Amino acid sequence: MLHIYCPYCEEHREEEEFHAKGEAHIARPADPDNTTDTEWGDYLYFRKNPRGLHHEMWVHALGCRKFFNVTRHTVTYEILETYKMGEQPTQGADA
Amino acid sequence: MSQKFRLTDGGRIDRDQPVRFTYRGKRYKGFKGDTLASAMLANGQNLVGRSFKYGRPRGIMAAGADEPNAILQLGATEATQVPNVRATQQEVFEGLVSDPVAGWPSVDFDLKSIAGTLGGKLMPVGFYYKTFMWPAKLWMTYEKFIRKAAGLGRSPLENDPDQYDKMNQYCDLLVVGAGPAGLMAALTAAKAGRRVILADEQAEMGGSLLSSDQQIDGQPAMQWAESVLADLSAMANVTLLPRATATGYHDHNFVTVVERRTEHLADQAPKGQVRNRLHRVRAGQVMLCTGAHERPLVYGNNDLPGCMVAGAVSTYIHRYAVRPGQVLALCTANDYGYQAAIDWHRAGGQVSVICDTRDNPTGELFQQAKALGISIKTGHGIVDVIGSKSVRGVVIAELADQGRRARPRTENVVADCVATSGGFSPVVHLSAHLGQKPIWNPDVLGFVPNPDCGLLSAGGVQGHYELDAVLSGATQAVAAAFDCSPIAVPAVATRHIDAPMGMFLIPHPAGTSQAPKQFVDYQNDVTASGIQLACREGFESIEHVKRYTALGFGTDQGKLSNINGVAIAAQAQGKSIADTGTTMFRPNYTPVAFGAVVGRDVGELFDPKRYTAMQPWHQANGAAFEDVGQWKRPWYFPKAGESMHDAVNREAKAVRTSVGILDASTLGKIDVQGPGAREFMNRVYTNGWAKLDVGKCRYGLMCGEDGMLFDDGVTACLGDNHFLMTTTTGGAARVYEWLELWAQTEWPDLEVYFNTVTDHWATCTISGPNARKVLEKVTDLDVSNEHFKFMDWKAAEVAGVPGRIFRISFTGETSFEINVPAHYGLHVWQALIDAGQEYDITPYGTETMHVLRAEKGFIIAGQDTDGSVHPYDLGMGWAVGMKKPFSFIGKRGMQRQDCVRENRKQLVGLKTKDPKFVLEEGAQAVFDTQAQIPMPMVGHVTSSYWSPNCERSIAMGVIKGGLTRMGESVFFPQKDGRVIEAEICSPVFFDPEGERQNG
Ligand SMILES: [Zn+2]
Repeated sequence: MLHIYCPYCEEHREEEEFHAKGEAHIARPADPDNTTDTEWGDYLYFRKNPRGLHHEMWVHALGCRKFFNVTRHTVTYEILETYKMGEQPTQGADA
Repeated sequence: MSQKFRLTDGGRIDRDQPVRFTYRGKRYKGFKGDTLASAMLANGQNLVGRSFKYGRPRGIMAAGADEPNAILQLGATEATQVPNVRATQQEVFEGLVSDPVAGWPSVDFDLKSIAGTLGGKLMPVGFYYKTFMWPAKLWMTYEKFIRKAAGLGRSPLENDPDQYDKMNQYCDLLVVGAGPAGLMAALTAAKAGRRVILADEQAEMGGSLLSSDQQIDGQPAMQWAESVLADLSAMANVTLLPRATATGYHDHNFVTVVERRTEHLADQAPKGQVRNRLHRVRAGQVMLCTGAHERPLVYGNNDLPGCMVAGAVSTYIHRYAVRPGQVLALCTANDYGYQAAIDWHRAGGQVSVICDTRDNPTGELFQQAKALGISIKTGHGIVDVIGSKSVRGVVIAELADQGRRARPRTENVVADCVATSGGFSPVVHLSAHLGQKPIWNPDVLGFVPNPDCGLLSAGGVQGHYELDAVLSGATQAVAAAFDCSPIAVPAVATRHIDAPMGMFLIPHPAGTSQAPKQFVDYQNDVTASGIQLACREGFESIEHVKRYTALGFGTDQGKLSNINGVAIAAQAQGKSIADTGTTMFRPNYTPVAFGAVVGRDVGELFDPKRYTAMQPWHQANGAAFEDVGQWKRPWYFPKAGESMHDAVNREAKAVRTSVGILDASTLGKIDVQGPGAREFMNRVYTNGWAKLDVGKCRYGLMCGEDGMLFDDGVTACLGDNHFLMTTTTGGAARVYEWLELWAQTEWPDLEVYFNTVTDHWATCTISGPNARKVLEKVTDLDVSNEHFKFMDWKAAEVAGVPGRIFRISFTGETSFEINVPAHYGLHVWQALIDAGQEYDITPYGTETMHVLRAEKGFIIAGQDTDGSVHPYDLGMGWAVGMKKPFSFIGKRGMQRQDCVRENRKQLVGLKTKDPKFVLEEGAQAVFDTQAQIPMPMVGHVTSSYWSPNCERSIAMGVIKGGLTRMGESVFFPQKDGRVIEAEICSPVFFDPEGERQNG
């Protein structure tokens, strides 16, 4: 069970308080009506599945209800950082 | 004779407190402080089972969690049966009832004639593997034997009467194991002001010191331990957990610790106490002070009752005052093994021989044994044991070629107990639970924790076995981790200890394949020759060897056998142990009761129950309840003698002919406010909200980005920047999170706030031609059709209570949903019931609600839709605002190629040709009844009811191209061979013009 630092509550809380919401930094296309089916399909369904560092979105569902991002190692489950919406990671390939 | 192996004095048992227990129906006596194993040994009862594969008698081998044989069934009653209990860890209590489990057909019956055979065929190595792999029919033959013979115990057939609970714990340092290292570590951290939990699986803390005759600070070691424990228990920042096993090491220093609170007291926990408590510990640091398990050596017939690991012999003598025999023969590959012989001798027993597999031992313990006059044979090993049900002697031989060969000349030596020490296996299990493989340390001949495992460790688990090194290592490790001072290390005499020898399998003069059976894994009857065979058959990876032979697959997880097995496989393959590697360890370290896992989350407390404010009325009026998520909703209100069908027919008719009342409080309600609220509504619903005036309501469809419907509901405009959204009962939490997701992550520029207010309001829905007349009686508001139109809402006092009335309809009748603050709910409900008396107002439940809405063709998201249905599939294109300026959620998704193709499954009504036949929900539809099986399926029934108002069956379903097939037939093949024909029609079966809801 993970121990997750909520960047809004500013403390570590148990994983049971959170929901995982999948890959982070998936931006909605600015003009959906002018995307191709392929582009829209990529946005809808295609996600990374890295062995190693991964940026994920989580929500403190049973806490402050804020969404935030996590840089987590998918093998060791180590969480290297958590950061607020709109911020960028400092760890990992996309940092 | 009673307790004939009990020593007259010594031990940590209380001779003034005798305890009676039974084993296999026979009564025995032990003392408080005994384990079941020590009490059995004291009574000379050392036959604990028959081995699974060969039916060989087995006895107690060890004195702790590593015990492979003495796995018993406990329980005085059916309900209190506990399988898988290690007799070496179970304390005896008055009235304890135990039985062997691996004794089919009985532990006494000698199975030798059919030993190792099933149906006359020898069970070969790889038996499991081969039976599972091919051919299937072989498994069928063997299964009944295996089911009967295998498995260690049985589950109770009755509910566990005991309570269990869980506790969340936090600490700076969790120390696992309260031996010398653990005590020193805990004291160091505690003195530095850290919050410490010290957990130990035994009844008494002290670990190896409990059976040590060494001195610390000039006193017996246990005196030092007791003073440390006294200090620790007096400190507010320390929690001591005896009888508590750390069973699993999980992510981010989360450790599950199972505390056995009452298993030592009685068959069933005393009233008001829990049997087990699961401590869920989140620790800053976790420190393993788990020590090491002594490895037995592997030799011929080494499974005869009376063969033990050397340290266990010392433990039984020191702690329990039991010397399990008269004459001991001992074989060791290291200095520590001598201790058992020294202890045996001092306890008045005779030691017939010590075989040291090393050629030139010089260490202190060797000298001590020699000084006691014990016969020591260096460069020798025990190669075989004499006896059939118990040990009568041993066969020893001189070893050659650095212990790789035994010379042919052997000698028989008398003995009734055999103790061996092949060295020590650090108890690294927890360190490997997250996948970090332990590392072979050739100096200590054991696997030690991987430095990357994230845990601190000290003492035996690191391969340090001398007290001075253990104590100083522990305090230094804590000091380094917490940046505090180490504490003073008490004075311990330094001993001269010789290097151990890497001896695992003692070679037999005849060679392994011709030798008597040399057991490696006792629980699974895996022998040295079996492992060699596996290697010859080409299994290289130790994981494959394990699976082929079943090595380490027992409930003991191979605590005694894994390293011996790895070493034998390594030797057979000409590899080093380091290259062969160990197998993985997984939680749990020892078996955990299901009760401890579930704790209090059973029965009534399994899941929270949610009730509306009107629950007392529902209950008093005989409602049958239905689970909707966690809500308990009235399903129907049967009158005396009514079936569900009768009740629903009556309720449904009453709504259409007079007036009905429904508790709709469970509908999800979300308050949406802010300057961005209206635009936000525009984006998350498919339809338009720009022009919805204050005081008006609108039905909305909510889709995912894929364009598929996932929730629907009516939203009321409370103010220009203020909306009250309703969701399906089951979808409330999901919709709420969905709204937050978009507001926080995509559109933070829209200022909008959400609050879930489901529980703030109670909702009474009155519906039917007389609904208005009832409402008029409880409010001064002008509720005439002229002043209060369909899809309007108004604030008003209802039955003297401030509320909101929404004129919306899920029945197709004139209908008012009255929201009042929840604590007034029951009052207003009662007022409406009273006011409706003259119209015979009829309470109805969810079943009638479903029938009424289906008569009108109103969908239920999640019943008529399944995540693959978009609004156009539902014929609800009218609720999609394709011209809205913002590309709302779902718009692009529902325009994808697959979403706009012909022949999608579309929601339609279904009228069976036989009006009395009610289709089954989920029934599959076909167009062509003559088609070959498997027939092409073209859709299915999503909702189906008997409609008392239409006086026929009605159904909805999704059918390929359904909206273009009005009037055509579809067919529903039935289980019994009948085929039901139905006509595709509009889903609106009742009042298609909608005159009633508008009137
Ligand atoms: Zn938070």
